Amino acid sequence: MFSAANPDPIQDSTAVVTPEEKQAGIWKQRLQQLLAFAGLLIIFLAFSIVAPTTFATYSNVMNILFSAVVIGCLAMGATLVIVSAGIDLSVGTGMALCAVMAATFMVRWGLPVWLGILLTLAFGAFIGLINGTAVTILGLPPFIATLAMMMICQGLALVVSNVAPIYFDPVDHASYMWISTGNLIPGSGFPNAIFVLILAVVVAYILFNKTILGRYDVSIGSNMEATALSGINVKKWLILIYAAAGTFTALGGIMISARLGSAQPATGAGYEMQAIAATVIGGTSLAGGKGSVIGTLIGALIISVINNGLQIIMLPQQWQNVVLGTVIVVVVFIDQLRNKQAKAR
Amino acid sequence: MEYDPTLLLQVEDVHKSFPGVNALSGMRLDLRHGEVLGLVGENGAGKSTLMKLLTGIYIHQEGEFFLDGEPLRVRTPLDAEKRGLSIIHQELNLVSHLTVAENIWLGREPRSGGVFTKPREQIARTRDLLERLEMDLDPKALVANLTVAKQQMVEIAKALSFDAKVLIMDEPTSALNETEVAQLHTLIRRFVTPETGVVYITHRMPELKSITDRITVIRDGKYITTTDTATSTLDEIISHMVGRAIDTSAKPVNVRDDREVILSVRNLTTKSALHEVSFDLHKGEVLGFAGLMGAGRTETARAIIGADPHVSAEITLRGTTVTISNPAQAARMGIGYLSEDRKKYGLMLNLDVAHNVTISSIQDKFTTGPFEKKSAIRQAAQDAVELLKVKTPSMTQQVKFLSGGNQQKAIIGRWLVKDCDVLIFDEPTRGIDVGAKEEIYQLLNHLAEQGKSIIMISSELPEILRMAHRVVVMSDGYVTGTLQADEATQESIMALATTRLSEKELP
Repeated sequence: MFSAANPDPIQDSTAVVTPEEKQAGIWKQRLQQLLAFAGLLIIFLAFSIVAPTTFATYSNVMNILFSAVVIGCLAMGATLVIVSAGIDLSVGTGMALCAVMAATFMVRWGLPVWLGILLTLAFGAFIGLINGTAVTILGLPPFIATLAMMMICQGLALVVSNVAPIYFDPVDHASYMWISTGNLIPGSGFPNAIFVLILAVVVAYILFNKTILGRYDVSIGSNMEATALSGINVKKWLILIYAAAGTFTALGGIMISARLGSAQPATGAGYEMQAIAATVIGGTSLAGGKGSVIGTLIGALIISVINNGLQIIMLPQQWQNVVLGTVIVVVVFIDQLRNKQAKAR
Repeated sequence: MEYDPTLLLQVEDVHKSFPGVNALSGMRLDLRHGEVLGLVGENGAGKSTLMKLLTGIYIHQEGEFFLDGEPLRVRTPLDAEKRGLSIIHQELNLVSHLTVAENIWLGREPRSGGVFTKPREQIARTRDLLERLEMDLDPKALVANLTVAKQQMVEIAKALSFDAKVLIMDEPTSALNETEVAQLHTLIRRFVTPETGVVYITHRMPELKSITDRITVIRDGKYITTTDTATSTLDEIISHMVGRAIDTSAKPVNVRDDREVILSVRNLTTKSALHEVSFDLHKGEVLGFAGLMGAGRTETARAIIGADPHVSAEITLRGTTVTISNPAQAARMGIGYLSEDRKKYGLMLNLDVAHNVTISSIQDKFTTGPFEKKSAIRQAAQDAVELLKVKTPSMTQQVKFLSGGNQQKAIIGRWLVKDCDVLIFDEPTRGIDVGAKEEIYQLLNHLAEQGKSIIMISSELPEILRMAHRVVVMSDGYVTGTLQADEATQESIMALATTRLSEKELP
């Protein structure tokens, strides 16, 4: 009630924006992405200087990219949801459940690999559909709805798998594991998983930047009420956004189980935080209405570089999250600082 | 600065301006000891600005306040309360999950050792207070479970717990029924002693007669006059309220009464806000909706487009009976709504002009399958921007950097791109400066000429008189009358807007 101390300063004079200011606006946007990329480069260079012979090698770079794949896939979905001013906490355990389902389809039911993959993707979309329905039709806050889904997935992964890993058959499912660890280009040391990540980023990029789903995603995140009053069926589109996120979750589940050659029902918890971290580091605002798929990719790579680099310089593993947490604080703080300056101008 | 020690509260020549607006200029107000002073003025006359200055929410630029002959400077609402100046806002400021006693002493709880609350003492104090005021309230009752009238009592009790000398009440009866109003008035009389006084703000003319001793009229941020209630008539007060010299040369254009009905609304009733609202909108017409705040005009618009649920309604659009259950359907049927609160309900502020102009039509017009046609979107936005003369450096400019008038035009553009032919404007010129207002008026006239049908909700009577071909007047959720352009005057509209239909119909 008393917050009205600052009356609406509506001034027509502020409307005049010079071409220079407009140019500055475009540069500001570019700068945002450049900054994240520069951060990645700086961290990469820092490790390269500390450990020149072990870190900055071709095979280690492949390692870094390879280990960014799962987080990258999950983070694509997380970005779509966060841009709508929502949050999806179920991507981590949802990934584990999807991995278990993939193994169920292929190992237990003996379905062909291609069908198993399709069904797993559909299953992930289904998880997202339920998340979206809980958020829109039931009107639950996204945090609560997906927190519940996180626990449900965690439980179901254990139930379905009978609390034991399910192993893929090295012969029957060779093509499944080839998706992650095979080499499309023989002898290149370039695992296929990296192609899958690139594919996921391209799909997410198109979805976010070229389709109406992405358009409405940004619009809902910017102002849900106004978007609804503009005649957009906000509920329908939000459900689709969560379903799309669920599909990326399933892709993450496929990539992690293909890499391990097994579905591990107890893994997954904690991945959602890494996915959210990648999104936030990439410049997507938790307040919604603003985000970048490429930024998120860079965020995922930053996380991967830090994890890998810390291992290589032999910092005990328990320190990795400490460093990562610190990086998030620094990155988001800098981002907000720049936003404040932009506003003050 | 001269002051009069016989006055309880004195406001001398106070000025306050916001960028582009002179909210108050040369405002004055004299409250005598032991009186109830009515304060009246149209929406936007400056009442709430004055109240906010008195309670330290705003800081004034020029002029003086005196309380009991002492200069009064308040910086925060708590300051004001400590000096004995309490204000009860139209929207109550209570914490609904706390009890009556907890609300009254919030921030001033009886404590021991600085940290532990003393609930028993708090309740005892509350009981004393309520007994003194002869209020029938349970100190342990949750505020959420009380009626609005009882909640108001809690506010009053809270105000008096500060030993208030001056009690300012902003539209205290807007949510009360007749019996509750009478109870409130009894309470006010009990409060008024030779040491205290009340400033009573209301839109309800009959109440002025029954409770006030004198009435101060303000208009356009200026003091107009103060009269003794006993010797003045309501008509006199209304004419003081509205009596500005308005530009009579600008009149509604193209008024005709032979046009076909495009939208017909019958018996639109919602759970609480609206009662059997009926009206017709003709093709090419500007239909004004006048009324005081809370009369139900915005609620009518929102119920029509399906943004809020209604209990019953028969809506006929272009001759067909329709059911509209959400804004998406309304948009598909060609009804566009422009909210009074552009920032909250209209714009995606951090997104660009092109997005804001085309968001409603992208799916129908600018897609191939699921993919957007970016260049078509930009072109459509460009065309709309040129047609409406929106001042923006580019289509990629974030809409928050546009002025109020240009933001409004961008939303108008949104509905034009969508090919809407029924446009509901809710306060189309709110927060828009004078020059830009005129442009919006011309735009509305132009749209009507082209056959668009326009509902224009406005709280500014001059705006209604200048634009509306016909005027629907609402009060308390009822339509109290519909006036032709030539019948509409400030007085005739005000008379209908202050009618309390609900009372007449009560047994």
